[in-house]
Amino acid sequence: MSLDPAYLDYPLRKRGMDHGYYPYSNLFERPPLAWPSGKAVAVAIVVNLEWFPILPADKPFRAPGHMVTPYPDYRHYTAREYGTRVGFYRMLDAFAKVGARVSVAANGAIAERYPQIIADILADGHEIVAHSTDMNGTIASGLPEDEERALIAAALDALERVTGMRPRGWMSIARSQSFNTPRLLAEAGLAYMADWVNDELPYRFETGAGAIVNVPVNHELSDRQIVTVQQQSADSYVEQMMDAYALIKSEASALGASRMLPLNVTPYVMGLPYRIGALERLLGWLANQDDAAFHSLSEIGAALR
Amino acid sequence: MREGEKDPGLYDFRPYRGRPKLAWPDGKQVAVWVSPNIEFYELDPPANPHRKSWPRPHPDVVGYSHRDYGNRVGHWRLAEAMSRHGFPGSVSLSVAMCQHLPEVVADAAARGWEFFSHGIYNTRYSYGMDEAQERALIEDSIRTVREATGQTIKGWLAPALTHTPRTLDLIAEYGLSYTCDLYHDDQPGEVHVKSGRLISMPYSLEVNDHYGFFVYNMSPRDYADTLIRQYQRLADEGGTVMCIPLHAYLIGQPHRIGPFEEVLRHIAADGRAWITRSGDIADHYMQQVAA
Repeated sequence: MSLDPAYLDYPLRKRGMDHGYYPYSNLFERPPLAWPSGKAVAVAIVVNLEWFPILPADKPFRAPGHMVTPYPDYRHYTAREYGTRVGFYRMLDAFAKVGARVSVAANGAIAERYPQIIADILADGHEIVAHSTDMNGTIASGLPEDEERALIAAALDALERVTGMRPRGWMSIARSQSFNTPRLLAEAGLAYMADWVNDELPYRFETGAGAIVNVPVNHELSDRQIVTVQQQSADSYVEQMMDAYALIKSEASALGASRMLPLNVTPYVMGLPYRIGALERLLGWLANQDDAAFHSLSEIGAALR
Repeated sequence: MREGEKDPGLYDFRPYRGRPKLAWPDGKQVAVWVSPNIEFYELDPPANPHRKSWPRPHPDVVGYSHRDYGNRVGHWRLAEAMSRHGFPGSVSLSVAMCQHLPEVVADAAARGWEFFSHGIYNTRYSYGMDEAQERALIEDSIRTVREATGQTIKGWLAPALTHTPRTLDLIAEYGLSYTCDLYHDDQPGEVHVKSGRLISMPYSLEVNDHYGFFVYNMSPRDYADTLIRQYQRLADEGGTVMCIPLHAYLIGQPHRIGPFEEVLRHIAADGRAWITRSGDIADHYMQQVAA
């Protein structure tokens, strides 16, 4: 038994990364960025607002949170809708109470189906981030390029029709991209994407069709990861976010640098009656931190220029 | 190992009860070594017929960028915390890091950390290699680390824990003294090899940060508590080895490094720990205990 000799060839084994998207960069040697508030820590709240068709598609993959049981999966279809109808409004009230402007990563289907929600988001001054068409709109290699281009355009068109504004940012479902995605997003005129989780500051990402900014929204700090996947309590989630803030703030202070803390939350997770109080407690605590300010992903991405 | 047999014949059975106690330097009770995995995962590696590199089609954006976070952010955070409390690292190294990101390797070397091989990339597996291919992998590891750091590797942790039936014999033949791939004991012990002398170095999957966070789904504070309990017990028993195997992309996260630093503070203050490197433990053991 032996392996194809090519398996022991390493053609990209040289200085730097094994791709041309971005150069290596040590976070702690980066030139400083400044947030619009002038505060040391930008707290970026990103809410995923999603519509799961009761007929799930598995190409290229089934989205996390999608239908589970044989058709018709009332339990998951309606539990996700609960997040949109009820949990999200609890969150909007919680954000308003602390004056937080947030980024809502919304499926185009949310705008098409529930324009009132989009109006309510905009009325509170929040930002809309394009988040594909609906939860069947997953992307991965294998999705034909023309279909992916059309999916991105459909999501942007649906949101623009209702908001009157072309979204400036994109977040893929499950942060999953194909090799074409960054280029297609740049060609679609998007200023930033929020899929790559390799950093704690925005950075430039070369696509082959010009640069786009990647604003990292750390999946490890998301409620889906901590509460849904790792099965920890809402109180533990809050404690972990407070610990993360304390660490990031202490580094920012020591270096005289600005940093970001991404809070990625989901209406059908943290918007439940027994969890929303924990989120409200976290938001109140963050709002009382002298060195923190709430910023949208657009504001954070724009700080790079 | 005895290939194809039910018992691979890796080592002799030696029950824990009744062993002569191992003595660590200065009367310390437990040898503690911290093992950051410094790894390079490829975005689009070739396929090994026995195991997929990534669970998703390439590019696996979250999988790849999560690992890359370790080199851009996590390493620097973890290394500073370890240095603050006087812990050297014993690095399980994807040796291609010496070419790709030599600044990370140089930082670890400047802190007095030891390097052992964890393969070329953590996306290239040993499954299916013939003997010549596996020799090339071992020779590449020895040469690459020597050229980058001046160190001669003493140990081996198979790339992504992928082995062949001849790996242990080969690394012993090349003069390596310890393997981190066997999990049968809290003390070093002899491994049966065709030539040379090889010992097993207690590593740990159970208290590996990957297991802590993604197998046992612990919170950062629960994981820190687990490490302290592991330490307390092994220090109480004495003559033991405790390894803390880490990945900067996991433990270097902002919600985890603070609780972890409390573990380092606890062990450093306790006074019973020989805080050292895996190679130093192997050298000490091999001098104290006849093969």
